[in-house]
Amino acid sequence: MRVVRPGLLSTVQDRGRYGLQHLGVVPCGPMDPVALELANALVGNRNGEAAIEITVLGPEIEFECDALVAICGAQFDATLAGRALPLNRPVFVEKKSNLKTGRALVGSRAYLAVAGGIATAPVLGSRSTYLPARFGGLEGRLLRAGDVLPVFQSSADFAFKRYENLSSKKQLAGGIRSVSWSAPALTLPEREPIVIHAMQGRHHAHFDAAAQRAFFEATWKITPDSNRMGFRLAGPMLAHAEALEILSEPACLGTVQVPANGLPIALMADHQTTGGYPKIAEIAAADVARLAQLAPGGTLQFARCTLQQAGELRRVLRQRLDAALRSVDWMIGK
Amino acid sequence: MSPLGDAAVYAEFGDTLDLELNRSLQALAAAIRARAVPWIRDVVPALCGIALHFDPFHPELPDAVLEVCEELLQDCFKSASKFADSGHTVEVPVCYDVEFGLDLSEVSQTTSISISEIIKRHVKTEHWVLMVGFSPGQPYIGGLDPKLSVPRRATPRTRMPMGAVAIANAQTVVYPYATPGGWSIIGRTPLTVFDPARDPASLFAPGDRVRFVAITREEFAQLGGA
Repeated sequence: MRVVRPGLLSTVQDRGRYGLQHLGVVPCGPMDPVALELANALVGNRNGEAAIEITVLGPEIEFECDALVAICGAQFDATLAGRALPLNRPVFVEKKSNLKTGRALVGSRAYLAVAGGIATAPVLGSRSTYLPARFGGLEGRLLRAGDVLPVFQSSADFAFKRYENLSSKKQLAGGIRSVSWSAPALTLPEREPIVIHAMQGRHHAHFDAAAQRAFFEATWKITPDSNRMGFRLAGPMLAHAEALEILSEPACLGTVQVPANGLPIALMADHQTTGGYPKIAEIAAADVARLAQLAPGGTLQFARCTLQQAGELRRVLRQRLDAALRSVDWMIGK
Repeated sequence: MSPLGDAAVYAEFGDTLDLELNRSLQALAAAIRARAVPWIRDVVPALCGIALHFDPFHPELPDAVLEVCEELLQDCFKSASKFADSGHTVEVPVCYDVEFGLDLSEVSQTTSISISEIIKRHVKTEHWVLMVGFSPGQPYIGGLDPKLSVPRRATPRTRMPMGAVAIANAQTVVYPYATPGGWSIIGRTPLTVFDPARDPASLFAPGDRVRFVAITREEFAQLGGA
């Protein structure tokens, strides 16, 4: 796979790098793991295989060999050899053709998965790109024009065999070889402001009453300096009731911390493993993928939830995802 | 013990820096890791507590996860040795020249201790790694001579040089990457703190003993420092 145009922020991501947080190494991985799991399933890969995470403005990629691909997540404008490319379904790509992605129309991140998977060298057990420390993926950096992404040797064979096994194959306009069915998009943002569930954080009580109220009442806007490390939120300033000196302590995916300037930061996939800012809230694990689909300028509100309700949200998401994965497996002849 | 959302818990055992406590946390972390609980992905000993990170979608994740973690911690607390360090000592060569020790004179003014005495005190005491966090391989090292205790700088630097050795809050930090930071820089090490291609990738692990060794500018260059 040769990168003709890199897009705004394209990286290699697999399921993530676990078990090293005590050495300061965060898992990284996909911002929207639900979309990555669906994309991999559609091309017959096992869960967690490496794919390209594309953001807001996607790349153009030339395929040097036949491939079976799927794009899941945000709704991107995409073409294959100049013809509209359908999302959320397996598509056969003939060698020497160009897959172009344009702007994300709804959502902000999608995954381009290839049958067989991307074969960059694993670093510390994962192919995920960790931009802040510059390792993993392709030399630990964003994709650039001219990059050649290695795919597994067998991926051209996989492409053909897996394409042959697909149910309800369909030749689309312009001769694009795909199917007549698609997987559901489970994480696309609904009408904004989207609702994100959050639990009170460890230091919630250290904020004054107005700040505690404002956090769950205000509409927050994602600022342009947001990235894979964290989403910075613009809205009312959240004042600390008392000057709070806390010792650095572990932080996690979805922690909402508030530095001295009073503007909250939601920690995302590449977040620091520890931090010393007070935590006003923790986002429900089931809602992190939906939050990841907001682009800068996108708006959200936080809805208070309990630990039990967060568990219920997880079960519902898992059930919907499992149902989708079962149908996909059936349709790809697995 | 408090939940960090629905994908992690944090058990805090104090809110001030206590070296003995930290040592028992290292032993506790080792005991928890040895259990290999399938839904626990990361065990992170911190300065005063331990975080357990879960796979929130693991089929075996219990509903009453807080209670299960509480039990696990208590159980492991019993089986863990009273305190243990990793058995490793990391020797860290540091060039304390003013070229690198950008804040030495400021620390000297704040503490009314001469620069040479600051260096002497920094290499003399026994240090150990309390926590590794923030960036890959970044150690928070306890055991700083109390006389060298300075607060964070009022205005953080936008860029701490790679390998900077800096002090604040009764600790020493060695910066693996050029990142912003508010600690006072007293020197620089030529060692690579974190290299994902090396085994082990991280020079420091929680529980390691640390000895700082003063080196000259020439030795710094010989050891590969730029």
